Amino acid sequence: MADFTLRVNGSDRKVNVAPETPLLWVLRDTMELTGTKFGCGAGFCGACTVHVEGEAIRSCSTPVSQVAGKNVTTIEGLGANGLHVLQQAWIAEEVPQCGYCQTGQIMTAAALLAKTPKPNDEQITQAMNGNLCRCGTYERIRKAIRRASVTASGVAR
Amino acid sequence: MTLSRREFVAAAVSAGAGLIVGFYLPHGSSNKNNRSFSPNAYLRITPDNKITIVVARSEMGQGVRTALPMILAEELEADWKQIEIEQAGASTLYGDQTTGGSASVRTTWDPMRKAGAAAREMLISAAALTWGVSRSSCSAQNGIVAHAASNRRLSYGDLADKAATLPIPSDVTLKQPKDYKIVGQRLPRVDTPAKVKGEAGFGIDFRMPGMKYALLSRCPTIGGKVMSFDDHESKKASGVSYVGKISDAAVAVVADTVWGAMEGRRLLNVTWDEGPNKNLNTAAVMDSLKQTASKKGATLYSVGDVTKAKGRRITAEYQLPFMAHAPMEPGNCTANYSATGCELWAPTQVPQDCGDSVAQAVGLDPDQVKVNVTLMGGGFGRRLEHDYAVEAALVSKAIGGPVKVIWTREDDMRFSTYRPASLHQLSAVLDGSGWPAAFTHRIIAPSISGQKGQPVPGGVDPDLPDEAAFVYGLGNVSIDSVIAETPVPLGWMRSVYALQVGFASESFIDELAAAAGKDPLEYRLHMLAKDQDIQYFTTTWHTARMRGVLQLAADKAGWKSPLPAGRFRGIACFACFSSYMAEVVEISMENETPRVHRVVAAVDCGQVVNPSILEQQIPGGIVYALSNALRAKITIAKGRVVQGNFDDYAPLRMEEVPVVEVYAVPSAEVPTGIGEPSVPPLAPALCNAIYAATKKRIRALPILNS
Repeated sequence: MADFTLRVNGSDRKVNVAPETPLLWVLRDTMELTGTKFGCGAGFCGACTVHVEGEAIRSCSTPVSQVAGKNVTTIEGLGANGLHVLQQAWIAEEVPQCGYCQTGQIMTAAALLAKTPKPNDEQITQAMNGNLCRCGTYERIRKAIRRASVTASGVAR
Repeated sequence: MTLSRREFVAAAVSAGAGLIVGFYLPHGSSNKNNRSFSPNAYLRITPDNKITIVVARSEMGQGVRTALPMILAEELEADWKQIEIEQAGASTLYGDQTTGGSASVRTTWDPMRKAGAAAREMLISAAALTWGVSRSSCSAQNGIVAHAASNRRLSYGDLADKAATLPIPSDVTLKQPKDYKIVGQRLPRVDTPAKVKGEAGFGIDFRMPGMKYALLSRCPTIGGKVMSFDDHESKKASGVSYVGKISDAAVAVVADTVWGAMEGRRLLNVTWDEGPNKNLNTAAVMDSLKQTASKKGATLYSVGDVTKAKGRRITAEYQLPFMAHAPMEPGNCTANYSATGCELWAPTQVPQDCGDSVAQAVGLDPDQVKVNVTLMGGGFGRRLEHDYAVEAALVSKAIGGPVKVIWTREDDMRFSTYRPASLHQLSAVLDGSGWPAAFTHRIIAPSISGQKGQPVPGGVDPDLPDEAAFVYGLGNVSIDSVIAETPVPLGWMRSVYALQVGFASESFIDELAAAAGKDPLEYRLHMLAKDQDIQYFTTTWHTARMRGVLQLAADKAGWKSPLPAGRFRGIACFACFSSYMAEVVEISMENETPRVHRVVAAVDCGQVVNPSILEQQIPGGIVYALSNALRAKITIAKGRVVQGNFDDYAPLRMEEVPVVEVYAVPSAEVPTGIGEPSVPPLAPALCNAIYAATKKRIRALPILNS
């Protein structure tokens, strides 16, 4: 067991956990931030996606020791003032079915838009391909990202 | 429409509580539970002008928390914004609460409408009495009763207490479809905002004070047992507080955190008695299906005489593998056991069965078990099992406190209940013009219900009446089934047997069309040309409706117009869960691998309740089916399931997803299933397209690694 301080959604959070504990379980069990999901535990499905220093990472495969002192953003902290433009787009396009993978999908999409505000279809596919959805919501995810990219760039605002 | 006392029990009267109407929601296909009648859903209108609908069905992504209240709100003439949904837990009050068989809308359509209409009439009566005017001079709209002549209005909330003192009407008039204001609208799902904020409460997210986490080490071989275990290392893992055998085949590791339990399990050393199946492999399973094929079958459908037809005989054998549901949320359940009761928080499609199984496992009376139903991160039939709940209760009993049992993805893949592997023997005799003068299909598969010890009346698995219809109007047809045995655990997976039956049947029809040198669409339309009712168990299928979806899909896909070079099409249709479905799949071949570009789907599911949900469910089923068709295969080696995670059991990702177009036949018929019917036609339509491209017939799934 060791002490780690992480900056999660803008606040410093101190935890005492085994150093190899995946960030996912620190977020879910220790910090009670359950919007980040466990899907495969091996980085195959993306349900556990969060941002570390703005990069989308798989929290199930990232030991907490690697993110000590770093900025972590989870779905709970994505929209600094209300809903993030992607969350709004997700609602407008009625993306979720069961909804379990969607927070991970949104976090991956947010990292994409932060770097590539107007992604083309290929860039969307490339960014989102690591996120599985068993309900098959992929086409609506694509539409929601397109909608958000238009909104965020001010065209539809 | 008459309201019988069996459907409506009471307008419960309680001063100040408003109007409560209790009604009965049957489950369409269920013969699993023969529960006595009682009201199982409630409509509550309170003086604060809220309308609450309590529904005893589970939300697993199919939109049931939105669709069912829409049906009721339509007849109630409610303002949709007033409606609140309350999820019911398990109760003996509720009839059969099973959520499955694409049954929720089709079986609650009438009771939901009647309940809404009855309440509406009572509210109108209450207003008429209040104002001293005739009922007929009052009207209800948007949650308000108005008396136009005097320009007076009262809200449903204002009227609720008075309405509760009135008798339930014995007869109500239901609205005409042309007057619908809510049904048929693209209303947003009520569960969407919480799901995009990360606030939705899935089973895995539930927590309570003092709750521990448990993982189980289960015997890797099917039917094996725990011989002994050494927990010395395991107990050194951080926060591990308990290691113990909780059943013949499993040892539980309990810790303060999920990670602690995972580490504890990794360090646990169990010696297994590998049991009777330690040498079982997939080839042996498929062999045993072949051995079984010659046994006497149980007739599913028989018309004319298939033995007398003369002409060119064509035969083919098709086979399908075991498959796993693999919902995104791995199995889990939270239990809090005490000597006087056990409370569960379960992501489950069968809350009552969970309660009953738990009661039996931990030695309580069924009414001492309380089951709360959480949201589910996908179900697809996997959560029709009660294993998670039983494990959670047993561990809770062992440690004397609340615990959440969590399955890893590997647990989910290796200890699932699998879609049955199956073998299909088909035969047809073509007359001089190439039309089938006889058609036979023998389905050889293990029975899911039979394996679970449930009734298999007449040797027919109880799912086949919903999932193996043959809706072509041929004169000589024989469809039968032979039940095979397998130790591999079986479960109901999205569209259940319809996937296997549809793949074999609709691929074979394509073979016949090719043998006859006819266009596969024209071939099917010819067999459907005459309007006929086809009675299959208790369902009456109509060739005209099947023809309708085929023609619609073909028209929208541009079947008659040429494709660009390198593109090919296939078509298939199937009817199940009371709905009709046709799909046209457009592909190209890249290095002998099909790439699906476009799927045009046409459905006749009667009245569409919410087109947006329809346009989620149909493509969702198609993506699920495409995953199944391309790669889904669970194999057994040395008595163990080989696949473990999303690398070797790889669902479809965005790069492989085709454009899916959905068209519904306009209809005011009773709504029918939409969760499962889009699954069966996909694989045959795809394989028929591959045939069009390559002249190679695919007779075994999956396509890519058979």
